[in-house]
Amino acid sequence: MGNDIAMTNPAFDVARGNRASHTALAIGAALVLLAASLPWWGESSWMREFVEIACYFIFAMMWNLLAGYGGMVSIGQQAFFGFGGYVMLMLGNFAGVNPFVAIPLGAFAAALVAVPVSFVAFRLSGGYFAIGTWVIAEVFRLSFANVSAVGGGSGTTLTALRGIEKATRESVTYWMALACVVAAIALVYLFLRSKRGLALLAIRDNEVAAESQGVPVQRMKLAVYVVAAFGAGLAGALYFVGNLRISPDAAFSVNWSAFAIFMVVIGGIGRIEGPLVGALIFWALNKFLSDYGTWYLLGLGLLAIVVTLFFKQGLWGYAQQRWGWSLFPTQRKLVRPDA
Amino acid sequence: MIETLVQGLLLGGLYTLFALGQSLMFGVMRLTNTAQGDFIILAAFAAIGGIALTGGAPGLVALAVLPLAFGFGYALQRYVLNGTLGKDPLPSLVVTFGLSIVIQNLLLEVFSADPRAIEIGGLATQGVEVGDALSLGVLPLVVLAVAVAATAALQWLFAHTALGRSFRAVSDDREIAELMGLDARKVYALATAIAFVLIAIAGVLQGMRTTVSPSDGPLLLLFAFEAVIIGGMGSFWGTLAGAMILGLTQQIGFRLDPGWGIWFGHIVFLAVLVLRPQGLFPKTKG
Amino acid sequence: MTRLLATRGLQAFYGDAQALFGIDFELAKGELVAIIGSNGAGKSTFLKCLTGLVRAPRTAIEFKGEAIGGIPAGEIVRRGLALVPEGRRLFPSLSVEENLLMGGLTQRPGPWNLQRLYALFPILAEKRQLPATSLSGGQQQMVALGRALMSNPEVLLCDELSLGLAPIVIREIYAAMPAITGEGMTVVIVEQDVTMAQRVSQRIYCLQEGRVSLQGRSDAFTREQISQAYFGL
Repeated sequence: MGNDIAMTNPAFDVARGNRASHTALAIGAALVLLAASLPWWGESSWMREFVEIACYFIFAMMWNLLAGYGGMVSIGQQAFFGFGGYVMLMLGNFAGVNPFVAIPLGAFAAALVAVPVSFVAFRLSGGYFAIGTWVIAEVFRLSFANVSAVGGGSGTTLTALRGIEKATRESVTYWMALACVVAAIALVYLFLRSKRGLALLAIRDNEVAAESQGVPVQRMKLAVYVVAAFGAGLAGALYFVGNLRISPDAAFSVNWSAFAIFMVVIGGIGRIEGPLVGALIFWALNKFLSDYGTWYLLGLGLLAIVVTLFFKQGLWGYAQQRWGWSLFPTQRKLVRPDA
Repeated sequence: MIETLVQGLLLGGLYTLFALGQSLMFGVMRLTNTAQGDFIILAAFAAIGGIALTGGAPGLVALAVLPLAFGFGYALQRYVLNGTLGKDPLPSLVVTFGLSIVIQNLLLEVFSADPRAIEIGGLATQGVEVGDALSLGVLPLVVLAVAVAATAALQWLFAHTALGRSFRAVSDDREIAELMGLDARKVYALATAIAFVLIAIAGVLQGMRTTVSPSDGPLLLLFAFEAVIIGGMGSFWGTLAGAMILGLTQQIGFRLDPGWGIWFGHIVFLAVLVLRPQGLFPKTKG
Repeated sequence: MTRLLATRGLQAFYGDAQALFGIDFELAKGELVAIIGSNGAGKSTFLKCLTGLVRAPRTAIEFKGEAIGGIPAGEIVRRGLALVPEGRRLFPSLSVEENLLMGGLTQRPGPWNLQRLYALFPILAEKRQLPATSLSGGQQQMVALGRALMSNPEVLLCDELSLGLAPIVIREIYAAMPAITGEGMTVVIVEQDVTMAQRVSQRIYCLQEGRVSLQGRSDAFTREQISQAYFGL
């Protein structure tokens, strides 16, 4: 579809990449290879930190997909995060499934449960949709807190990984995290570059107009919601494999959504690089300032407010506008071949 | 059983006060204040701090908080929240969410995590005998009375005053309202100012009836929100009805099993959302 | 003639799309001027510029000798320019009387008030407590007209009074015009109904794709000439 214009009018070409993004892709691939080799030369604390950042990043990326591209702002994605975690744990502890295999299974379970949840959540829109999703997440939390088989309110441990030696477990968890990150980025990137991605942008910009052009709005919204739930579940299952212990308060905490919002808003919503930039900034702030506890969180809150009021495109978006930076080009530009 | 019902209604009175401010702000400018609960707690702590600083009578300090809340709400809307209004719900959501975090942590720093209360001596536990089987707390009755009065006052304001007309006009059609000479920014600010007076009343009463701690806010927000949705948007009496229903279902839930009280309220809320998404008593707009 | 309202080279944009390409317009006190043109010609945009709902350069619009381009709508109403918006745009949450009262918010002195309006449109008095949007189309138009009159303007701008109304109702609405202009009100009407426009006005402008394609005395043009100007032939 994208090249139709180019075909009928050879004076124009449809350009997607540019030199900066091709270089970035090459660098990215090299980084992934380098990262994969970490278990042999790095410290185990680095690997554990990476797993944690990976979870934050994937969760944020999926939140960005839902809000920035799907136009649905949710503060209840932690429902799927926790659900993925608990399903992974239950498969591991009670069904004898290898927890690493249980990670994608937990993600699929989250995607499945997202369908009936959407039936309720989609009754609302805008700000009230956001709070409604939070209520739903609370229902998840309270429900799991009342199931004694998984430890009720105080939670339980992932016993299925007990037999494995610590170093091996940490390495495999790390590689799993790396794989999940790459997969998540690839999934979102390819999805957005596709026809469905364009349809999504059309819906985001003007739902009614998109509908009149034949875009199946309700189906697309459901699709995005399910994909975002899958990603959230993936992040959750991964997180608790790394953490080895799960509890309803940790699994279904609204802080996950809060962090996702901050990462995405600061990085720039509706842009693929946004969550990446935001996650890095968030991790850096976390590393150096979290000792300050309440002041750190207060500062985060203020930062989010300031960025929202004055840098509507997020900090990366601001850079993109100002200097034209772009790592993951999904925009299509009409260019003259000689340009 | 009667006891449960009565407790539910009294709780509903409290939830009404939590929800009225939210209903007002959403009604006039489609703004979802996710820091609603935190502002309620902030008001309670403001009273607590005021009492500690001045050693004054709780009632007087509580009254003094109200005009402060009015001014604060006006300024907040005028200089911060007005910039977030528009088609996109995200900016107002992020900013109020950010405010929620800021308030909680600020309160933690100043007051620490220990639960506090506004000490009103015997009034907190005083009861009134009704018949020979029932004892109603004086404070909950006061809360209920204040809730009904506030609802009636808001309803009257909207239906019979020029300000109320401005609120309705600006929420119907901001552009044409401005054509009439209204300054929408100031109208919005007044709406929030009034909402914050309600928030302050709710906070002060909450602080009197039970202990408050800095992280209590979010749960109050959910109750406020549920009350508004169950009742149906567009009417303050609807919000009161929704709050009553929420209070009742929670009390019934508590009765069945202490661990399921709030969960039961959530479920009823979701049920209303699925079965009658416009709420039980919505006001239909032309 | 004393020039009450004038525009010079007025341009207007909706985002990147240009809607007006330099409109020159003049209005003298006491006149009733009509603006005609097909859909999308820019008629409504023009009125919106005059009342401050669409941005315009400061000096492009002159009212009572002052440059008012880009001034906020509320301020323009205070100065004496009122709009009856296209499609009525009454406030659904307000009753008929409340809608009229909204119009009187600026409290400008003048002959128009509730009693006067109810005398002009008796049906509104009957229905004053009903929600404004529950009335028929023609009655709603009366409310919209009344709402604008309540601000006692010096210039009344009417955007498509006849939109969606049956001919008999249109006649009824325009029958009220003499009572309005009789007080010395200056009126601009934007009209789809060309015959009506020619009949009630003294001068006429025709807009075509954002430009003035014809202007002059209403009785000076033949149907042919108007058609051509209308469709840009």
